[in-house]
Amino acid sequence: MNTPIRRLAVVAMLMFAALLLSTTWIQFVQAEDLRETPGNRRTLIEGYSRDRGAILVDGTAVARSERTDDELEWIRRYDQATRYAHVTGYYSFTYGAGLGLERARNAVLAGTDDSLFYQRVTDLLTGEPPAGASLEITIDPDVQAAAQQALGDRRGAAVAVDPRTGAILAMVSSPSFDPNTLSSHQLAAVDEAFVALTEDPARPLVNRALAGDLYPPGSTYKLVVAAAALESGDFQPDSELEGGLTYTLPGTTTELPNFGGAACDPQDRPTLAESVRVSCNTSFAWLAGELGADALREQSQDFGFDQDLQVPMTVTPSTYPEAPDDAQLALTGIGQHEVRVTPLQVAMISAAIANEGVVMEPYLVQTVRNSDLEVIEETGPGQLSRAVSGSTATALRDMMVSAVESGSGQAAALPGVAVAGKTGTAEFGTEGAAHGWFTGFAPADDPQIALAVVVESATDDWSGETGGVVAAPVARAMFEAGVQR
Amino acid sequence: MTTARPSTVTSLHVRSGRLVELVLVLFAIGIVALAYVNVGIATRDALPTDVWWHVGIFGAFPLALHGVLRWRARYADPLLLPLATLLNGLGLVMIHRIDVARGLGATEGVASRQLMWTGLAVAMAAATLVVVRDHRVLRRYTFTAMAVGFVLLLLPMLPVVGQEINGSRLWVRVGPLSLQPGELAKIALTIFFAGYLVSTRDALSLVGRRFLGLQLPRARDLGPILVAWGLSVLILVLQRDLGSSLLFFGLFVAVLYVATERTSWIVIGMALFVAGAVLAWQLFGHVQQRVTLWLDPFAAGQSDQVAKGLMGLAHGGIFGTGLGEGYPTITYFPASDYIVASFGEELGMIGLFGILVLYGLLVERGLRTAIGAREGFGKLLAAGMSFTVALQVFVIVGGITRVIPLTGLTTPFLSSGGSSLLANWVIVALLLRISDHARRPVSERRQDPTKDLAHPREVAR
Repeated sequence: MNTPIRRLAVVAMLMFAALLLSTTWIQFVQAEDLRETPGNRRTLIEGYSRDRGAILVDGTAVARSERTDDELEWIRRYDQATRYAHVTGYYSFTYGAGLGLERARNAVLAGTDDSLFYQRVTDLLTGEPPAGASLEITIDPDVQAAAQQALGDRRGAAVAVDPRTGAILAMVSSPSFDPNTLSSHQLAAVDEAFVALTEDPARPLVNRALAGDLYPPGSTYKLVVAAAALESGDFQPDSELEGGLTYTLPGTTTELPNFGGAACDPQDRPTLAESVRVSCNTSFAWLAGELGADALREQSQDFGFDQDLQVPMTVTPSTYPEAPDDAQLALTGIGQHEVRVTPLQVAMISAAIANEGVVMEPYLVQTVRNSDLEVIEETGPGQLSRAVSGSTATALRDMMVSAVESGSGQAAALPGVAVAGKTGTAEFGTEGAAHGWFTGFAPADDPQIALAVVVESATDDWSGETGGVVAAPVARAMFEAGVQR
Repeated sequence: MTTARPSTVTSLHVRSGRLVELVLVLFAIGIVALAYVNVGIATRDALPTDVWWHVGIFGAFPLALHGVLRWRARYADPLLLPLATLLNGLGLVMIHRIDVARGLGATEGVASRQLMWTGLAVAMAAATLVVVRDHRVLRRYTFTAMAVGFVLLLLPMLPVVGQEINGSRLWVRVGPLSLQPGELAKIALTIFFAGYLVSTRDALSLVGRRFLGLQLPRARDLGPILVAWGLSVLILVLQRDLGSSLLFFGLFVAVLYVATERTSWIVIGMALFVAGAVLAWQLFGHVQQRVTLWLDPFAAGQSDQVAKGLMGLAHGGIFGTGLGEGYPTITYFPASDYIVASFGEELGMIGLFGILVLYGLLVERGLRTAIGAREGFGKLLAAGMSFTVALQVFVIVGGITRVIPLTGLTTPFLSSGGSSLLANWVIVALLLRISDHARRPVSERRQDPTKDLAHPREVAR
């Protein structure tokens, strides 16, 4: 019986050999892939076991990691949660790093980025617990607070940039949410909160300032049209335009009226500067036809349209329609018909005018510091493009100043500070509803802050809420907070 | 000072191995103590103050059994006890570690119950060694063993005592205790198989005609294997227990093969197994689930049990996270069916290799005992029991690591669960008894005439 027993021993050894092989396969060959499998809770917990870097505004943390007693070791806390929700985003055990900087700079915050390689090696050698890098961001807490408070419960967005550098000073999207509800370790409650946020018809998780549905820019787009007109060399600020009570869209019988049906000029021949000041629809519809779609598209692109921007969150590119017919071309002149923009793009238009025609690349992260507080990344101002010549910029600035002094944007005026601005009221859908816009910068002669505010019409029943009425006061509050006097 | 006197007695050269055993048992207890301290430091940042108590209690059991061996089985294999001690101790440490992860203290967790079971199991092993002074007595109870085995197997099906846990009817409730009688049935059935086959092996191996180079048995000799097969299928159908079913059938085919030395039995056994497997796959939804889970553990809309185990193993990587530093509780059943995945996570591939080598040694020592045994019954019994251990490790670890579809079985000595511990310690006791019989020098056997009178000699093959 010994021969079969020996064979049985061989069979048993083969079985153990198979187990050694399968163990090697899983724990060595496939281990990395298995660790990266989506939903691997151990990998998620590992991420939590590291001290994730903070997000700092002017020295104060708006997102930070705090030690806990439970299995996950660290919990993410957001002070001033709703005010900064769209800047920080959230860091959730179940849903991962989402939105905002938490997602856009996840690797740096988590400490897994390549730029932190030496830090990791040093930590390993010195026995320091691994920690992520922190972000110091460009937000001005006063402007951010002013924007959030002024917007209040209304849906919309407000963005402010430093026109000289492109640094983003404020970024508010309303309605907001509380990222603490998603970073909590009460996982069942987190699930509930996440479902509620995603199913909310007001869509609080959408960052309307740069990645929401694009908005029609309305009359704020007249700045681009005016810029194209001045750049073409065929028009000066005092060039007279055709601007009657109504404008018949070419090829149709549709009559385009001015806002409120008023005349732009007693002789129906407003100048370009006057057309900007009173926001004349008929003259800009006519002007768009004179300039042509290509000129408008190119001018738009010079301001940043069609560009993929990372601030570091991805910005949805703003667009000018592909091939409008003549009637549609006329409508693009007043920022209607499929001209689509983000509030950040509109702020960049004002910023370019403020910065003598140069568009600066917008950015949110000023400094990245590792856990030893050494700077590992520093963002400096970068030029994106030249939108218009210096003289065109000056001419546009003067028009915007008069719009606030005596035109449609008076609600944004600030005592003792020259404010340049342009209102907009963008109709959308078939009838009635409209978004109120304001864009501008201040002080006009020494620009420190350029911004764009959009307030969505809450109902389909629009009742005269023009940009001058609803958006300009928000801008005014932001100017007041942001201008150094 | 005494000097060694020259002697002509040759038996002095036969080493009992008891000293080696004692050293190795102490070594095993030392490793377990280190592992326990390791868990305490990793989870509480402090040296566990109860280490002397707990390791002391645990260590007392195998040391007592060592004493029994010195008294009743001096020539037993010296490696079996240390191997079982180490595996059992490591299992206790891991169960304790999982208690800690679940917030249970040393006295309120599963580990303290497992420690109690360890004491009981080792006591049973000692009792086996004391009562069964010669394993050949067991041959007298061949058919009693069969009856006991069948009753034990079917006990969970009874309405009052039977208990269904996790969709399988494998447990019997006796007072506060839940027993898995299938584990003990394993031993009873091995005794039956060995006793039955040692008597009928001639008929089964010599008669029959050749077909395609195989010696096929007569139709009426097919009876036993068909009964065993039917029994396995019955377990599968009634108790939905794939693992035990596979284990019993594999065990029977192995013992049949050793008894008859006929490869044809393996071919027939394999054919029956494949037929049974295909039939089971077609008839039972839960078998199909297991197969799809095996082929693609990450597919959506099914259990993530296998996937979680794989992720745990991967998390451990080559060197493991260290005891107390992983997240074994994420896996389902981290202290019972999936305890090997818990070890893989915290001790890594290296640690798992170590555990597999421990099992490999245990099986190898068992099979060596079978080869050394002087008579057929002992050979079959030792080979059957050793192979059971190998097969059981293969079925459960292979299920976890995707060599075969996952079926629930306990991991010998490691898994939490009293019945399994009890059964495996009795198996070790029987192997010790057979090896003692095999290694005992002729001179000493003559010095024990009562034994020889009680048990007439057999001719060893």
